[in-house]
Amino acid sequence: MIDPNDPERGRLRLHLDPLLLLGLLAASGIGLIVLYSAGQQSSQLLLAQGIRLGLGFVILLALAQTPPRYFRIWSPWIYLAGILLLLAVLVAGDISKGARRWLDLGVMRFQPSEIMKLAVPMMIAWFFANRPLPPKLWHLLSGAAITAVPFALIVVQPDLGTALVVGCAGAFALFLAGLSWTILLGLAGLLGAAIPLFWTFGMRDYQRQRVLTFLDPESDPLGAGYHIIQSKIAIGSGGIYGKGWLNGTQSHLDFLPEGSTDFIFAAFAEEFGLIGGCLLLVLYFFIIARGLYIAVCAPDTYSRLLAGTVTLIFFIYAFVNAGMVSGLLPVVGLPLPLFSYGGTSMVTIMAGFGMLMSIHSHHARRRS
Amino acid sequence: MKTWRPFAREPLTREKDDTAESELFFRRALLMLGMVLLGLLTVGGRLVYLQVLNHERFTTLADNNRIRLQPLPPTRGFIFDRNGVLLADNLASYHLEITREQVRDLDATLAALRERIELTDLDIERFRRLLQRSPPYLGVPLRFRLTDEEIARLAIDLHQLPGVDIKADLARRYPLGAHLVHVVGYVGRIDENEMRRIDLGQYRGSTHIGKIGIERSYEDVLRGRAGWQQVETNAEGRPLRVLNREPPTPGQHLHLTIDVRLQMAAARALEGHTGAVVALDPRNGEVLALVSQPDYDPNPFVNGIDVASYRALNTSPDRPLINRALRGVYPPGSTIKPLMALAGLEHGTVNRHSGVYCPGHYRLPGSSHRFRCWRRSGHGSVSMDRAIAQSCDVYFYSLAVNLGIEKFHAFLSQFDLGRPTGIDLPAEASALLPSPEWKRRVHQQPWFAGDTVSFGIGQGYFLTTPLQLAHSTSIIAQKGAHFQPRLLHAIEDPGTRVKTPEAPRAQPRVEVRNPQFWDTIKSGMIQVVEGGTASRIRSPHYRIAGKTGTSQVFTLGQSQRYDARRLPRHLQDHALFVAFAPFEEPRIAVAVIVEHGGGGGATAAPIARRVLDAYLLERYDDAILAEIQTATRDARTHDDRPE
Repeated sequence: MIDPNDPERGRLRLHLDPLLLLGLLAASGIGLIVLYSAGQQSSQLLLAQGIRLGLGFVILLALAQTPPRYFRIWSPWIYLAGILLLLAVLVAGDISKGARRWLDLGVMRFQPSEIMKLAVPMMIAWFFANRPLPPKLWHLLSGAAITAVPFALIVVQPDLGTALVVGCAGAFALFLAGLSWTILLGLAGLLGAAIPLFWTFGMRDYQRQRVLTFLDPESDPLGAGYHIIQSKIAIGSGGIYGKGWLNGTQSHLDFLPEGSTDFIFAAFAEEFGLIGGCLLLVLYFFIIARGLYIAVCAPDTYSRLLAGTVTLIFFIYAFVNAGMVSGLLPVVGLPLPLFSYGGTSMVTIMAGFGMLMSIHSHHARRRS
Repeated sequence: MKTWRPFAREPLTREKDDTAESELFFRRALLMLGMVLLGLLTVGGRLVYLQVLNHERFTTLADNNRIRLQPLPPTRGFIFDRNGVLLADNLASYHLEITREQVRDLDATLAALRERIELTDLDIERFRRLLQRSPPYLGVPLRFRLTDEEIARLAIDLHQLPGVDIKADLARRYPLGAHLVHVVGYVGRIDENEMRRIDLGQYRGSTHIGKIGIERSYEDVLRGRAGWQQVETNAEGRPLRVLNREPPTPGQHLHLTIDVRLQMAAARALEGHTGAVVALDPRNGEVLALVSQPDYDPNPFVNGIDVASYRALNTSPDRPLINRALRGVYPPGSTIKPLMALAGLEHGTVNRHSGVYCPGHYRLPGSSHRFRCWRRSGHGSVSMDRAIAQSCDVYFYSLAVNLGIEKFHAFLSQFDLGRPTGIDLPAEASALLPSPEWKRRVHQQPWFAGDTVSFGIGQGYFLTTPLQLAHSTSIIAQKGAHFQPRLLHAIEDPGTRVKTPEAPRAQPRVEVRNPQFWDTIKSGMIQVVEGGTASRIRSPHYRIAGKTGTSQVFTLGQSQRYDARRLPRHLQDHALFVAFAPFEEPRIAVAVIVEHGGGGGATAAPIARRVLDAYLLERYDDAILAEIQTATRDARTHDDRPE
């Protein structure tokens, strides 16, 4: 987009953050290599994923060229549209696998809940942009409401994974905005008390089953616990150096379920071992640190909050996925960002990074 | 940090303090970065725990103790005829398998095997292709159907050839081979189209599926249900012990309504011709014999027929792969005349005694075109009985024109002409009972009066299958009682040996105004054999009612004469005959079609007579009985059979 106030208007300049881009490209490149092995060396699978990644980077580039103040102007509208779409899903969405998540637009199907992963931090950032920080209680409650409405709409679909991301997005935004420690600790206490209630009334059977299976996967080795057991075997048998690319027995002999999607981290750790796994964690840390650095350097409240939250969403994806695959966390259907086969969340993540780059490059240039 | 004062009023005008906010944000972001670091370190620590501290354990789990779920394919049910003669069973067969992982030098092993047994280049090529797609610890088949001698030769040296195994499996076998291929069909290897169609879970471990015939239509009954076992295997993939087991449920045995003796007698009667014989029990719709000639041996199809043999079958001008009884469509010719007469009676167009004068040809009013009677000199004045007995064409031309095509169409539909009879075999043809509506739709032409004339003698667009003819003859024999033709006689549980007989599939009766109409046309049909066009097959032992037919393959010009000697064989007329017997209490209805056989009375009727004799007098050639005995002798080695 062209900024009429841009002093350098007319001069072609690509708004990018080279360091962040390098990190993303490295991660997606490794992702493709791992996918080739985990997807039984299907070039078709690889091509599809490559096309998706390409599309993601195009979106990233497009958003990076858009000055951040446009994001700010759009924020409430995107949020409102997202809420309306979520309501539409509730009324007229397609049901698949027992959950009503998809909206059929004729041309394509998509999950409006995906929008909310970005719309919630945008809305909260917008809301706090002109209000003094740290926020007052009423402002905090408004911020919580901004999160709670879509969260509730997604929980009833039900889509635990996405709801978790949206909830975390709201919580991180509020925390970064300066949520006082007293409230934070109070909430933590409340949450501790609410968990037993939630367990009894708020969870579906299959979700409860997931938690139980997580606590004792060996109890159901052929059913629910099979994923975790096989995934742990895959990681553990990889050892320090790994079995080598294309040599993973767990993934290649079909012992590892969903090896190219949600459990691709296990396939990776099996073939590349502790060294590969740690390198990947370092790479993720680099991306996240760069994102937070961009947030800290941002010139205004809106950009700061948005950049910080988007970065932390990325972290949540990586942490929850790696944690679930390695048996630290319950099985929540979150993909490993830039690795897992599949497109929906990739677009969201790339769009988020696009906004990050926009925030950094536009303001950095103005400074110089 | 601020003190907890949630409801304290702060000045509304409090300004945003950018420096303070930016510092606050910096602190918070730093905290978050710490949290991120902590989270990633936790994951890293978990990796260390799994990959370093517990590496041995997980390696063992992954490599040495692969617990595998092995499918246990069910054994397929056998197929018997109505008297318990074995038509299909499973024979132990041995194949040679190589497990890549255990072979040190593959080429040397193959060379060593080549010295001992016959291995074609094709075998080896196929083996190498399969090898690339299989995990190294799984055995890959190299040669199927080892002979006893080959097994003996291999067994001696097997210990010197690591990774080489002789594996037993069950192969489908059809002891009577070609005689029943058009009924029983065969099984073959599951192909890619079938992969998409079937429930793969149920076919785990199975390699074969019913392709045609009974094997296909009763696939679900014959197949049974797959079981599984959980086995602990070592690093080489060898099962060490079975942990848990759910045995497969074997498929059910099928008993067919076919009488193999009759089936073979019919085939023998038809020998030398291409054509079909269908024999039904009119009292219940049971198919007693269903012959389509030529036939072929189904056994080579089970494990993949070689290309040359298949091409020979497929391109043979006699088209042996076609099941003529179900899929051959022929103009019914004069065999349809009794039903035409019945339609005339039902609608009051004619009565038993009304006569028509046959001068040897028929002319539509206002037209000069002559429709010829088969007897050029004409039949003179004919009543219904004589019209059927002598097959007078002019009588039926006139009847057809007077009644009209619409009424015929409605009436004949009740006899399942022009639509599948619903027999329990796949891919039955509908054939064609034409109507003006059909002609408009398909040919974009109106129905002409001339079309009705040729329809009257079962020519023109009218097409039927041999099965439909036998079926409609059954309905006449039973005076309207209507049963769906079926091949399934009973289902036998292989465990308990309890047989569940299949009930007749009764359909709504064909009703006529006056039940005596049935007797009228039946009396016409008895006169066909007792003084009419088929008098040569009259039997001293029982009374046969029948109807001859000769259906034209092509239309003669106005002045031409049909002369079989001057026509190439593929243009010669088809010979047809339908019959039921004994007249008083019919127990069998037959339809015979001899392709390019000439006259129905001369060629087809004697074949029908032989079939009727065999069945009603139980007169079977010793040669046939001996062949059945020889072919199914092996069945006695299935010692669980009571026979």
